[in-house]
Amino acid sequence: MADEPLVLGIETSCDETGVGVVRGTTLLADAVASSVDEHARFGGVVPEVASRAHLEAMVPTIDRALKEAGVTAGDLDGIAVTAGPGLAGALLVGVSAAKAYAYALGKPLYGVNHLASHICVDQLEHGPLPEPTMALLVSGGHSSLLLSEDITSDVRPMGATIDDAAGEAFDKIARVLNLGFPGGPVIDRYAREGDPGAIAFPRGLTGPRDPAYDFSFSGLKTAVARWIEARRAAGEEVPVRDVAASFQEAVVDVLTRKAVRACKDQGVDHLMIGGGVAANSRLRVLAQERCEAAGIRLRVPRPKLCTDNGAMVAALGAEMVSRNRAASDWDLSADSSLPVTDPHVPGQAHAHAHEAGTENLYS
Amino acid sequence: MLLLALDTATPAVTVALHDGTDVIASSSQVDARRHGELLLPAVDRVLAEAGLRLEAVTGIVVGVGPGPYTGLRVGLMTADTFGLALGVPVHGVCTLDGLAYAADIEKGPFVVATDARRKEVYWATYADSRTRLTAPAVDRPADIAGRVAGLPAVGAGALLYPDTFPSAHEPEHVSAAALAALAAEKLAAGEELPAPRPLYLRRPDAQVPKNYKVVTPK
Ligand SMILES: [Zn+2]
Repeated sequence: MADEPLVLGIETSCDETGVGVVRGTTLLADAVASSVDEHARFGGVVPEVASRAHLEAMVPTIDRALKEAGVTAGDLDGIAVTAGPGLAGALLVGVSAAKAYAYALGKPLYGVNHLASHICVDQLEHGPLPEPTMALLVSGGHSSLLLSEDITSDVRPMGATIDDAAGEAFDKIARVLNLGFPGGPVIDRYAREGDPGAIAFPRGLTGPRDPAYDFSFSGLKTAVARWIEARRAAGEEVPVRDVAASFQEAVVDVLTRKAVRACKDQGVDHLMIGGGVAANSRLRVLAQERCEAAGIRLRVPRPKLCTDNGAMVAALGAEMVSRNRAASDWDLSADSSLPVTDPHVPGQAHAHAHEAGTENLYS
Repeated sequence: MLLLALDTATPAVTVALHDGTDVIASSSQVDARRHGELLLPAVDRVLAEAGLRLEAVTGIVVGVGPGPYTGLRVGLMTADTFGLALGVPVHGVCTLDGLAYAADIEKGPFVVATDARRKEVYWATYADSRTRLTAPAVDRPADIAGRVAGLPAVGAGALLYPDTFPSAHEPEHVSAAALAALAAEKLAAGEELPAPRPLYLRRPDAQVPKNYKVVTPK
């Protein structure tokens, strides 16, 4: 297969309809249509609203990505799609589109893992991933520490949240402070003008007997809400900037501390941070400081590649093609709980299925 | 003319090829939970059976529902994307119209009803197999009993509720073969078919979260 395969990737695991095009580790296009505004009034992503929006946005977004990349569909070496994990109904829209597109074009199909894609996207920013790479993935849907020896075949979970995802905690605190949805960017903004040391909020799961790499944000969320309610009950004004800064500090302190510890324990000298929360400015600064102090090289993609997008799926798909991984079958299903240990969903009789499909198309 | 028709708005995953005169290959499987897995292999099978390639297709016909949303979108997304990749038109046909056509009733009125789950049916009334009288709607069977009283009825939604539809009969599910034949007939007559947009008929279930839960014990 080509060294620098041209791959189109489709992502619909949550509320972004993402279509990206890459050539090897080079980003050619990253088209995203978001339904986030339709969810704002609900204070969270509504699965049926997201699925409906994916159906409407898909064809225009594919068109836009191809134009942006300056390639034609016939030139593609493969089609990649998020097979899971994510919202079942939303994933199914993307998987249906990818299968139909690959089949109609006579191209191989790669159903890939959303979390592995979040890691692999960094290749588009900083070149080939070091092996091994430690990855901290933080978003509204996930908070995990993963160790990847080979992003196409070997991704191991080191730790994960035992309750809320980090991004969820941001959304909930933003709601308590009446700052709207999504909470990440707005908390970040207020926090910049606040004192991160003003209020000592708890650091979850950081005791000596707690699991070293797991996270918990539920207790922090409750503590912050309680603190705010106490002020309100006493008729005092809530210092929104200080609360935002102190809450954010508690989250990023734990995230970076555990990530650096995992790197040290495992003898890994590279840390990548991905997912929507990786756009948080304080997380980026603190991670940089702590990695430098520990002699670890930090890799964080630009914010637009950290949030859900199709380019990350294309990046992992391209890696599957260049490493000759088996393509997926035409009966590929969306798997809302696809394990992180499955970077992709290889077909049962992939060679046969695809030969048959191609023959049927072009004989 | 070579039409590829598909419908996933009911428990059936159904695909057919129509050459403008006849259905030349078709496949129907009933499995409400596996639309996503079954559809593409069915398309592949139907093409192989006809000895044709997808490239030869001149138009796509897709059932636009009404139907349970997750399955319905599988067919619509597949049809949309085929249209994009092949550069051929995609025509929408109301799934209930396909069932009415398959029922082959020359003199109505009669009712077509499919299962909308949650104890409701998607339904419409027809003057004959080609003429719909009412817009597709979603209702509880008991609530429309008066309006459908005495009418023959077809479809799984009718068969499921004999109290409301005592004279329900086959066909139970829509077939892409009927959908394709109906579309071919309309296209040949110069009729324009609607865009392939879904008929959901219900608003998305979206509970607006109440004001955040107060966690401080009173
Ligand atoms: Zn994500």
